[in-house]
This record gives sequence, C-alpha cells and structure tokens, in this order.
Amino acid sequence: MQSVSKFFGSFQALNSVSIDVRLGERVVVCGPSGSGKSTLIRCINQLEKHDEGSITIDGHPLQHNKKSLQVIHDNIGMVFQQFNLFPHLSVLDNLTLGPIRSRGMSKKQANELAMQYLERVRIPEQAAKYPSQLSGGQQQRVAIARSLCMEPKIMLFDEPTSALDPEMINEVLDVMVELAESGMTMICVTHEMGFARRVADTMVFMDHGQIIENTNTAKFFDSPESERCQEFLQQILPH
Amino acid sequence: MTRVLFITLMAVLLSACSSDWGWYVVNPTTPKGMTNLKFLLSGLGYTVLLSVTAIVISIIIGLLVALPGLSKNRLLKGFNRTYVELVRAVPILVMILWVYYGLPQLLSVTITVFWAGVIALALSDSAFEAEIFRAGIQSIDKGQYEASHTVALGYVDTMRFIILPQAIKRILPALGNQLVYMLKMSSLVSVIGMQELTRKANELVVTEYRPLEIYTILLLEYLVLILIVSAGVRWLERRMETDIAR
Repeated sequence: MQSVSKFFGSFQALNSVSIDVRLGERVVVCGPSGSGKSTLIRCINQLEKHDEGSITIDGHPLQHNKKSLQVIHDNIGMVFQQFNLFPHLSVLDNLTLGPIRSRGMSKKQANELAMQYLERVRIPEQAAKYPSQLSGGQQQRVAIARSLCMEPKIMLFDEPTSALDPEMINEVLDVMVELAESGMTMICVTHEMGFARRVADTMVFMDHGQIIENTNTAKFFDSPESERCQEFLQQILPH
Repeated sequence: MTRVLFITLMAVLLSACSSDWGWYVVNPTTPKGMTNLKFLLSGLGYTVLLSVTAIVISIIIGLLVALPGLSKNRLLKGFNRTYVELVRAVPILVMILWVYYGLPQLLSVTITVFWAGVIALALSDSAFEAEIFRAGIQSIDKGQYEASHTVALGYVDTMRFIILPQAIKRILPALGNQLVYMLKMSSLVSVIGMQELTRKANELVVTEYRPLEIYTILLLEYLVLILIVSAGVRWLERRMETDIAR
C-alpha cells in the first residue's frame, strides 16, 4: 500500500498511508475510533475505493476494474464486526454459497469443505441451524469459517470481537489465534491487546487517518515512540 | 375475516326480507335463477386468470425497473424515475383504452381483449411494484452486500441468493396488497368487452333489470375472492417465517 488517501466528502479518512504486509505476517491495527483503521482494511478489499495512491496485492495493482475484483475475490477474506451472516440461509449454506457459486465447486465438495472448517471453529453440530439461533460468539465463528471456505491468502478482521458479550470474546479469539498459528496472513483491527501481544508480528497505530507507529510487537508495547501512542496504550491497557 | 364475511352476508340476507328485493333472479332453486347464477360465476375464471397473469408480469417488470433505480449511475436512476412517474400518472381505465384501441394502430398488430387487459393492468401496476421492490431492497443492510463481496459473489448472484430472498420476505404483505388491488382493477377491463365477472353482471342486468341483486352478488364474488387471496398471503407469510426461523 503506497501513499493511499481516502476522502468521504471533505473528510479525509486516510492521509497518505503506506504499509507493506508480507505473506504470513500478522498485523494488528489499533488506534482511537475515527482514526481510519476500518477504512484502511476496507480499502484493501475495495469495500471502500481509495482516491489516491496505490494498493498492490500479490503483485497486482488494484484498479477499479474486473481483473482487480478477481484478485480480491481470489485472495482476500474478511470478518466483520457485525458478523454479516446471511440470515435466510442455514449455517452450512452460508459457508457453501461462495464455493459453489464462485469457485464452481460441487455441492458435495463444498459441504465437505464447510464441515471441515466448522470443525476447525468447533461448531460442526450447528451446521443445520440458522444464524439467529446461534450466540454472538458462534455467529462470529461461522463468519470466520465462511471466509476460510473461500481459502483466502489474506484475512481481514474488522473489530471482530467488538459486538460480542465479554464472555464470548475468548472463543472467537481462540479461533483467531489458531488461525494465526497456522500461518495465515492476517490484518486485524482490534482493541484486544492481549491477543495482539500474543499473535501480532507487527503493530500499527493510527490516528487521524495516518499511521503514527508501525513497528514490531515487542517494541510497540515496551517503548512506543510517539506520545499519542503512549497515551492510547495507557488508556486501553488494564491498570 | 370470517366474521366480516358473516356480518356482510347477514346484512344482505336481512335486507333481502324487505319487499324491494327480488332474489328470484339468482335463486338457485329455480332453473332460471340457477342459469343466471352460473352465468355470473362464469366470469370468475377470466377475472382470476387476467389478474394473476397481470400481477406476474407486473412483478417482473417492476423488478427490472427497480434495479436500475438502485444504481449509482445517473442515467439508470433517471430511467427508473421517468418510468415510475410516467406510468403512475396514467389512470388505469385510460391505459386499458389506450392499449386496446391505440396500441394496435401504433404497432399495426392485433391484440386480443385478454392480452390488452393483461398488458394494461401489468403496466399500470408495474410502477407500483417497482417502488415496492426498491424500498424492499433498500431496507436490506449494507453489510449483506459487503459479506457477499467477501465470498466472491457478483451482482447477479448477490441479488439472486442474498438480497432478493430477504427483500421479498419483507415486501410480501405489500405484494399481497397489489394482488388484491389487481383483482379489483380487473373489473375495469369489462369496458373493452372482457368476459370477466363485472362484464357478466352488466350483461345480466341488461336482460333481467335487477341491478340491486345482481350487483350485490358481484360484490360478494369479489369479496370472497379477495378474502381467499388475503388468507393465502398470510399463510405464505407464516410459512416463510417458520422457514427462515428468524
């Protein structure tokens, strides 16, 4: 990502942001609300179209065209704060729709793949249920499994635990830790600093649409350089 | 609903006791009454066929008009607005007359009474269907489109598998309303000679001179038909509710 800027009307959500993420790298993005974290990762899969700068995925520069869309569809998965499961489809259908329709998989293959990922997020027994019958934590795990069924190279997480009741946060984080350990490239917007400390290779701190700090995890927590970042950490870390 | 029907029936029967009524024209126990009654009911098939064909076509046109209206493209949006505003402004009776007498001349084709009726009703209603679909689709959360994007679905698949199934469930009551409306408006097609319920009643009135009784029967025919439709729509709503189990 090179010098990427994004405007919402006259408001500048991203101000010339540059960041490189290696294959297999785990990046945690944090910062106060409205700092542009979500916009940053939403630009990566073009849910928001960037206005300036360039984004390159696996050697393909993203333009607003079909080929770029294909690159995104082939490589990037995303998990949302609000889960965004398809409420009218069963858990299994939520998982298999993508593989069947856009990967050309047979229903049988897709079902097997889906069950495999449901095992991995530890809720295979919920396959026949509808999203509304599951708890928040279970829904988010289904959402993670849905993304994994597309076998992406990069996973984006947009505050995946922020809409969850506290007792459900860990079941989702556990799944994410496992995913990180399996070598998945992850870019994760979250306020879960324990999780960040545990899995992140790189910490990115954003404020006012800019990347203030982009450093390895140990250094970030021990000796953050900028004052704003120090303040932020003091505010959110447990006393 | 059954209560409404019952009260209406009772009211009609009670007033029938007054000397002004002459139910003999449709008394099923006399051969003449039976013949008349059969004659009146013989329009039922056409009324239903006309309305159902028209509503199906109008739903298809409505959807095709609604989708451009949701686009960010100004031209497509303009098409949607223009269609809706123009078609909505034409009175149904005028539309029926124009399609039956005007359109054949314009295109130098012949159109049967039935198809003229279907086209006129479908066109008239399509503008309303378009607005219903647009509102229904707009009511679906943006996150559904985003999630669909993350599982690599294109526009057509997103609409077909994600957005429309949810939108249709929400607009089902409104679609039911339109079907009821269509059944009623189909009576207007009698003016171009369509042999449906209203036309039959008109013809019988001319020969029997008993407008009160005959039109009362006509009124009841529509009432029963529409109560059946309402019940059907409610059944469908309940079914979708349990299907989706939200």
